[in-house]
Amino acid sequence: MMMLANPARFQRLAAKLQPWTGAAAALLLASGLYYALLASPSDYQQGQTVRIMYVHVPSAWVAMAAYSTMAAGAALGLIWKHPLADLLARAAAPVGACFTFLCLVTGSLWGKPMWGTWWAWDARLTSMLILFFLYLGYMALAGAFDDPARGAKASSILALAGAVNIPIIKFSVDWWNTLHQPASVSRIGMPAIDPAMLLPLMLMSLGFMAFFVTLLLWRVRAELTGAKIRALRTLQLHEEREVR
Amino acid sequence: MHDFLAMDGYAAFVWPAYGLTFLVMAGLAVLSRRALRRREAELASLQARVRASRS
Repeated sequence: MMMLANPARFQRLAAKLQPWTGAAAALLLASGLYYALLASPSDYQQGQTVRIMYVHVPSAWVAMAAYSTMAAGAALGLIWKHPLADLLARAAAPVGACFTFLCLVTGSLWGKPMWGTWWAWDARLTSMLILFFLYLGYMALAGAFDDPARGAKASSILALAGAVNIPIIKFSVDWWNTLHQPASVSRIGMPAIDPAMLLPLMLMSLGFMAFFVTLLLWRVRAELTGAKIRALRTLQLHEEREVR
Repeated sequence: MHDFLAMDGYAAFVWPAYGLTFLVMAGLAVLSRRALRRREAELASLQARVRASRS
């Protein structure tokens, strides 16, 4: 971890790593799509709508992974004032918001034919909606200050307070026995899902995760470059003043 | 082929889910990459200007 602490070293490493994570994402998503749409059976109860699972569940996992990344960045930024940590949190937020949105919409498209409704105030659905609003609140707050450091501080506190929602999402299907089905992959013991469906689900999930890492590297590099531009501009202003 | 596209009558739910996912992911990739390239170009021109003013 401390190896990455130096921004210049991080830039070099990220640039080197990125083609590999990008290639992994492309390969995993291509093979995942093949199994998800063509080479996997339809469900005996849900028919072909079960194929929505292969984009819905990975979106939900990335949405939660992005929030964990953001909260970890926020904590590191608040406690150690690490320059990379705030940038990491800022880079992860829009990606997480997009995948939360995808999770909500694909879930709705799955819920209509299977549950008979686009939306229900079920515990899992509601906590996912709260996650979406936490992302939006974080982004609004982070951009609301002229001084980026103050924006980072305020939004980091929001990100950490909102982190309590992550275990609530995870366990909502066990604590409240409502519409959304309980976990069938991350169970203790064997997953309650047929291997023919587990394979596309795992390929797509790994593909989504590799894609997320690729996006994150692009975005952290962009944030770092932006910080460098700001620093150089300030320096230039000071020099011009001295010349006069 | 027709059967595949029809998804047993669930085409109106399955295909929008995949289509939207693809659109959002492609959009994220294009925007993130473009933002990086733009800032790198801006930084390079700024550095060139700073060097020119110093020499």
